[in-house]
Amino acid sequence: MTRNRLYPLYFVLPALLLYVGLFIVPSLIGVGYSFTDWNRYSADIHFVGLDNFRTVFTASKHYDVYIVNTLVFAVVSNIVKIVPALFLAILLCGNVKGKNFYRTVLFLPTVLSFLVVGLIFRSVLHPSTGLLNGVLRGIGLPFLAGRWLSDPNLVWSSIIGVDAWKGLGYVMTIFIAGLQAISQDYYDAADIDGAGWWSKLANITLPMLMPAITINVVFGVTYGLKVFDIIYVLTNGGPGRMTEVINTAVFNEFASGSYGLGTALSTLLLIVLALIGIPLIRTMTKKEVES
Amino acid sequence: MKRKDAALAVVKQALLVVLTLVILAPFAIIFSNSFKTKVDAQQMGIVPTLHPVWSNYATVVERGNILISFLNSVLYTAVATAGTLVVTAMAAYVLSRRESRASRIIYLFIVFGIMLPTNFVALIKVEQSLHLLNSRVGLILYYVASNVAFGTFIIHGFVSTVPRAMDESAAIDGAGPFLIFSAVILPLLQPILVTTAVLCGMGVWNDFINPLYLLNSSSAWPMTLSIYGFFGRYEQEWNLVFADIVMTCVPILAIYLVGQRYIVSGLTAGAVKG
Repeated sequence: MTRNRLYPLYFVLPALLLYVGLFIVPSLIGVGYSFTDWNRYSADIHFVGLDNFRTVFTASKHYDVYIVNTLVFAVVSNIVKIVPALFLAILLCGNVKGKNFYRTVLFLPTVLSFLVVGLIFRSVLHPSTGLLNGVLRGIGLPFLAGRWLSDPNLVWSSIIGVDAWKGLGYVMTIFIAGLQAISQDYYDAADIDGAGWWSKLANITLPMLMPAITINVVFGVTYGLKVFDIIYVLTNGGPGRMTEVINTAVFNEFASGSYGLGTALSTLLLIVLALIGIPLIRTMTKKEVES
Repeated sequence: MKRKDAALAVVKQALLVVLTLVILAPFAIIFSNSFKTKVDAQQMGIVPTLHPVWSNYATVVERGNILISFLNSVLYTAVATAGTLVVTAMAAYVLSRRESRASRIIYLFIVFGIMLPTNFVALIKVEQSLHLLNSRVGLILYYVASNVAFGTFIIHGFVSTVPRAMDESAAIDGAGPFLIFSAVILPLLQPILVTTAVLCGMGVWNDFINPLYLLNSSSAWPMTLSIYGFFGRYEQEWNLVFADIVMTCVPILAIYLVGQRYIVSGLTAGAVKG
């Protein structure tokens, strides 16, 4: 125990105080408030049991749709990024001219904020003068030109597409870092055995790439479930309210003064993330101990 | 076989060129239209104008609060990143070195926060009761608080690679905990501190949702919030919106091109761990 004198626990205090005070406490009292009718228009706060959650799951209020939207976005937006990013990473780790230039360019959108990317694409996807429709008309495909952000059939694809434009390079770069750590010896040995491209992918690349895949899935899913900026800027939940997600709904409830309902929606997000998160964190910290 | 390889190389290059154009074309549009008149910019054409309207930029600086919001962003990013580095390095160092059940439990409790979503409405209540709402200090403290989990996690893993003999020999020379930490340990943590700084700094610089909830007065807005407000007011004047986007992007793109090595390795930390 004398050794621990060199490492006094009060070193942990500043981090712990901030973390508990401004991160854990809001989450905990948020769970508490989600059982109340707290709102802007009355000074008293009453316990209302599960009323807020009943409201959330009443079909006519459409909150269930926002929750489904969030889950679908978290899954689809990640598939759309992770699969192409994997092949791009393999491509850019191979023998390709100008691969450093391509890596730099593809990573470029990562450093921009989602907000700025959203504004950029408000212009690119503009129905009459935007770049995308201009290009489609220019290459003789005018029938593909659309009202990307206001047509109910296109709007989700547009959001997912913009999100991929912004996020693909990041996912790819994580895969590149993972690929570079795989020893060439494995591939040489496989070549001697006469293994083909797909066989090497399935038996060497993918298993060895598990840490990078885990990181991409963990970051991607947490990001997807917490998504706000890109949707707020591109559609603000529209057309109608068909692209609303949990965090845009929380903001709407906050803006309209229904604080209790807002905290209830955040609490649901907390439950979903905890269910997915705790096993992931456990494997992450376990790996760290083993290594 | 040779011909097939050559054909494959052409297909690969074509794919990459198309992707490059998809990434760069929006930037080209925005840059070239930021120099046009209001009427011309509405066409959003890619061909640059021969008569650049430099006054677009002056107008945005004047009406868009650019300078103040730029300084706000710099302030938030610098102070929140420095604060995060100090508190997480101290915590990670001690939690990694101490061999006790208590420190293991505290560590797991902190790391649990990596996935935790913010309950914004309740956060406002807490900040309000601490008189931190609508204040720069309140926002910065929240940034540090929200970065504690991830910062502690990545630094913790690195500390265990620094041999204990370093601390112990310094202790024999009579150094106290603070001196050992600041003079011996911190310099050795430098690579992971750069990584943490990149992750934290990028997150704060690009953040939009937290100031949206926590800051009312536009004089405290960072660039993300201010450009969004500007877009709301000047939606019909794309030339100004484009100029504002250019001014918001240029600093971060310049930093990326200069410090690419650090940024890429910082943002991809963990990809090869485990």
